[in-house]
Amino acid sequence: MKKTCEIAVTVNGTVYEAAVEPRLLLADFLRHTLGLTGTHVGCEHGVCGACTVLVDGDSARSCLMLAVQADGRNVETVESLGSIAQMNALQKSFHAHHALQCGFCTPGMLMTATDLLRKYPLATDDDIRKGLSGNLCRCTGYEHIVKAIRAVVKAGENP
Amino acid sequence: MKPPAFDYIVASDCDTAVAALARAGADAKILAGGQSLMPMLNFRLLRPSILVDINRIPGLGFIEEMPDSVRIGALTRHFQLETSPLIGKHFPVLSYAVAHVGHLAIRNRGTIGGSLSHADPAAELPMMALLLGATLSIASAAGSRTVAARDFFLDTMTVDLDGTELLTEIVLQKLPPQTGWGFEEIVRRQGDFALAAVAATLTLSGNEIVQARIALTGVGPTPLRAAEAESLLVGHAFDESRRRRAIEAVREAISPETDLHASADLRRHLAGVLTGRALAAAWRRGRGG
Repeated sequence: MKKTCEIAVTVNGTVYEAAVEPRLLLADFLRHTLGLTGTHVGCEHGVCGACTVLVDGDSARSCLMLAVQADGRNVETVESLGSIAQMNALQKSFHAHHALQCGFCTPGMLMTATDLLRKYPLATDDDIRKGLSGNLCRCTGYEHIVKAIRAVVKAGENP
Repeated sequence: MKPPAFDYIVASDCDTAVAALARAGADAKILAGGQSLMPMLNFRLLRPSILVDINRIPGLGFIEEMPDSVRIGALTRHFQLETSPLIGKHFPVLSYAVAHVGHLAIRNRGTIGGSLSHADPAAELPMMALLLGATLSIASAAGSRTVAARDFFLDTMTVDLDGTELLTEIVLQKLPPQTGWGFEEIVRRQGDFALAAVAATLTLSGNEIVQARIALTGVGPTPLRAAEAESLLVGHAFDESRRRRAIEAVREAISPETDLHASADLRRHLAGVLTGRALAAAWRRGRGG
């Protein structure tokens, strides 16, 4: 059995080379190998959405992808959106609308919302709710998250 | 919650993939979108000796129009199906149905070939393949063959693939003119597998139904067609009495099971209600509504 595979993954604009076991999940590669702990891991079976990242621009559960599958791909995590000093429009809107309490689901919410805003018109709050239905928030903060995304849609500040 | 150790190869083409499957025998698993396989690996419900990753096979994800049909490559992602103008034009019922599969992140990764091969008994796409009379192309080291969707789904998560075979393509015959469609699903939560779902098409000639198709999922080990209900609609207009008879025929034709999510009685009830709604929508659309 092949112990490790050599991979080169672009994460947030930086190319990382590593030798990884085939079974290593992309989520664990990001967190443990690269130390990018912004991506959170909740359920580890694709239900909670906390580990959502973008792979070649499309949202994906990083617990349902192997790190080896990201070889040669472009991965964007929540760290790519902005910093505390310089938040992007979506992050600012989450801040302004109190769209987080404990913050555990927030990275997944932000990355899912980023993809939703690019792909769907999100004309109604129902559309936003449907789009977020794969991301669980145990603080029951959905109302404010919907408002935060609504504000971004209205401002036409799609990422 | 981490996958067990396995060997891993990236197939560069279908020949490489089926050769690897032939070498590994029943121990291998094909990794397509991974949206069902990866949770099963994380739970260690499966311990394959090798994963054959088909994601990098060029040309396995495509949607192509032929004179009388549309070909769909097995690696076509749900989101591609959902947004394809070609699918929207010829199979609007499929565009509508596939938007009900999981969530965006799932639809970005999940593939039609994976969904049909996995054959979850409450999944939407196996039902749609059955509704639309799909023909499936299957490759193996021994050669290739085709199988009709109606012969493909054998039992719960069991299909006519022997473990060394790879589903490569799905062919859908275009629908006749004046065909209306309906799709109805009941789920506990948005994006869940269906408690019950029904998809229907009605092809009309004037005010008469000349072809009826009704497919169901979530109400048995495999998706199924409601042949009795279909045949009692043909030759008639759709009215209240036909609606009621079709609902009764569907409820009689199925033997749903009780599980954590719903009782058999609830599933049978829902299958009828959804059949009535799907047929009404198909009739309305068939008549240009």
